[in-house]
Amino acid sequence: MTATDEEWFDEAAGPLVRPYAMTGGRTRSDTLGLDLITLVVAMQSVTDVDVEPEYAGILSACQHPTSVVEVAAKVDLPLQVVKVLLSDLISQRLIIFRSPAAPGAEPPSQHVLQAVLDGIRKL
Amino acid sequence: MAYANSDDRSARATKIVIAGGFGVGKTTMVGSVSEIAPLRTEELITEASEGVDDLSGVEQKRTTTVALDFGRITISPELILYLFGTPGQDRFWFMWDELARGAIGAVVLADTRRLDSCFAAVDFFERRNLPFVVGVNCFDNSYRYGTEEVRGALDLDDHVPVLLCDARERESTKQVLIALLQHAMAEARLAGTAS
Ligand SMILES: Nc1nc2c(ncn2[C@@H]2O[C@H](COP(=O)(O)OP(=O)(O)O)[C@@H](O)[C@H]2O)c(=O)[nH]1
Ligand SMILES: [Mg+2]
Repeated sequence: MTATDEEWFDEAAGPLVRPYAMTGGRTRSDTLGLDLITLVVAMQSVTDVDVEPEYAGILSACQHPTSVVEVAAKVDLPLQVVKVLLSDLISQRLIIFRSPAAPGAEPPSQHVLQAVLDGIRKL
Repeated sequence: MAYANSDDRSARATKIVIAGGFGVGKTTMVGSVSEIAPLRTEELITEASEGVDDLSGVEQKRTTTVALDFGRITISPELILYLFGTPGQDRFWFMWDELARGAIGAVVLADTRRLDSCFAAVDFFERRNLPFVVGVNCFDNSYRYGTEEVRGALDLDDHVPVLLCDARERESTKQVLIALLQHAMAEARLAGTAS
């Protein structure tokens, strides 16, 4: 985010307008295929980087591997906005991500199914 | 440094969808086995773009949000299971698409006092070929249907498991999830031998 972007925001317009404006016109196809359960993790602690508060909030929400949907719940912003902000941080290499066990339309492998079955039995 | 532990790097996630009509017990079921209190997040829908992917000018358009409940079970350091309650409003099919993509399968919760409220979910998972089981959530004061009566009323295939359950009880939810996993594994084996 540059200073010129910042002049754009109307702080009085409420807390949601600013993150929407930050996503300015970007679409789902720009979000690197991030899924609800893609795991993301910060490569830096928030205190080490100088970023806008929305980005800082996201970085602190994923200091440990955390799903996209959990990050959205923690920062209390709509999923789509969070996906765009996450993909910005990924492009800046401040966050890395790991695709779900079954990315795309494929069902999870027998190996994953067995592990989940065993795990649920042990609950 | 966020990455102290190399297990962190190899962690992956998988998911199960809990569907059914409003008030049938989806959030209750998620909460009964989740290691965290069910969380809620919102997806944004612009009036012009239900199912369309553009957020541009979203601040000018009329928007609605659809809420999504979810819980988490850490299966192992490498595998995290998420349980998602579907948004109540059946018209948000695009959200269901994202929920179903790559999922292990679904639990369709049914309330015998209004079985018709889960037709849409059954139909959706049948069309998507996503393995599902039907959990008949037994509310107090409701007539106790047998599982075969529910199967008949919902016109389910013989191989679809139907179980009576109480979504408030962890043990009961576990049994439903175990039935789903076994069913999904059987379906995957069938698909494997067919191809
Ligand atoms: N008696 C009974 N009540 C239940 C059961 N499951 C859920 N409830 C209650 O039904 C209400 C709606 O449940 P909720 O989980 O919010 O439904 P949702 O809209 O499907 O998420 C809550 O007050 C629950 O406590 C059940 O198995 N038996
Ligand atoms: Mg609910």
